[in-house]
Amino acid sequence: MIKSEYEPSRRPAFTARNINREASPFLSTLVPYSSIVIGSILPTVVVSSSIGFVPPLGFLLLIGWRLMRPGLLPSWVGLPLGAIDDLFSGQPFGSAILLWSLTMLAIEWFEARFPWRGFAQDWLAATIATGLYVVLCVAASGASMNPALLAAMLPQLLLSLLLYPIIAQMVSSLDKFRLMPIREIR
Amino acid sequence: MAPQSRRSGHSRKAQYSRFTSYLVASIGVFIGAFLLGISLWQPGSFSGIRGVASDVVEPVGQAGAVTRASGGGLLDTVAGYFYAGSQNAALKSELETARIRLAEAEATEQENARLKELLGLAEANAEPVTLARITGSTASSARRFAYINAGRSDGVSSGMPVRSERGIVGRVLEVASGTSRVLLLTDSESVLPVRRTKDNVVAFAEGRGDGLLRIRLINLGINPLKPGDIFVTSGAGGYYQPGVAVAVLTETRPDGGLAQMIADPAGTDFVRVEPIWQPGAVDAATQSPNDPLSDPASAR
Repeated sequence: MIKSEYEPSRRPAFTARNINREASPFLSTLVPYSSIVIGSILPTVVVSSSIGFVPPLGFLLLIGWRLMRPGLLPSWVGLPLGAIDDLFSGQPFGSAILLWSLTMLAIEWFEARFPWRGFAQDWLAATIATGLYVVLCVAASGASMNPALLAAMLPQLLLSLLLYPIIAQMVSSLDKFRLMPIREIR
Repeated sequence: MAPQSRRSGHSRKAQYSRFTSYLVASIGVFIGAFLLGISLWQPGSFSGIRGVASDVVEPVGQAGAVTRASGGGLLDTVAGYFYAGSQNAALKSELETARIRLAEAEATEQENARLKELLGLAEANAEPVTLARITGSTASSARRFAYINAGRSDGVSSGMPVRSERGIVGRVLEVASGTSRVLLLTDSESVLPVRRTKDNVVAFAEGRGDGLLRIRLINLGINPLKPGDIFVTSGAGGYYQPGVAVAVLTETRPDGGLAQMIADPAGTDFVRVEPIWQPGAVDAATQSPNDPLSDPASAR
């Protein structure tokens, strides 16, 4: 039915209640950072004695925000957020500061070369970044290297690579929440 | 996605702020590399801030632990209805054998008490320092640490053994005021002196990082181990009280074998933090063999 598009109820409701609203600056700044910090803390709630199979959620959210909203996170954000991740992840302090800062610079480089990209390219970039991150984290963890340990990290690697579409969905709904028009302009 | 403007244009302010953000990011890389180097060289160097951080998120872990325990209980209850009949029959036959074994155990206990009296040994079952819940673990890292909700204020100090009702879980590594970090037996840096229960074959149980323990015999030669052998703490080193269950052998190797941990922290709700068994021996191990022990009384 063509007519239905012109029905008054289908129109965006520019009423007095929301014509003068804009996103709250507090919420729009807080949401990306706090979601990454919560992503860093969440894996510690899972008790796993045998292998570390939970994907590094903080890192995945960081690249999710970085790839989907370029320019929102400053490129030095790996320093503070990496420091917070190091406090919870069980890695030696400094490993996430190093690897997150390197990731931010690498994505900056990637973006300068591939300015036009779609979801598939983003997923590929996230796959490369996450794969390298998981492997380098094992190298930096201070654990004694042996083939058994490396084999035990494979489930985490696969889970992390496959999780990006879900992370992207999460980031986009968080972004919608972040830009909700709730602040009244007077 | 449409590209954003990657050019700063002629605006000096935009150029400078872009340059500064790259500079700070590069400085972040160097700071990270420097701190990582310090942490690998001196693993305990940032334990203070880590402790504060784990104290702050402790309520989250606590809520997670309670949910985990009650969730597991609910699933067990549901599963119980399905297996009630077959389980009943199995339990009846198990009870029969258990009664016989109990009688045997009573006899052994009597003999044990008599022999201990002969040797003049006191019962060395120490009072636990505190009881705690496992509130979390480093589930996204290659290292295996667990967090418990007892810390310095409960009398916990680093080095204390942590055990569940089944056996050894690990050892306290870092202590904050209300939480502690436990090095689990499965961590690749964990080494524990053990012996086989039925004789005195001594070995080291080392974590492999993939959930199994590697049993390395101290006396090499013909490997006497068989799958199913049970290993308990030997008390060597002074940290752990001897005779606490550690692992079951699953596979033999030329220099020992692979074993599975008996007390899986994922299946335990509460753990006991115990005092260091022989503090004198632990102190002595850190001193030079040429010096006399600082306090001979504490060495017992």
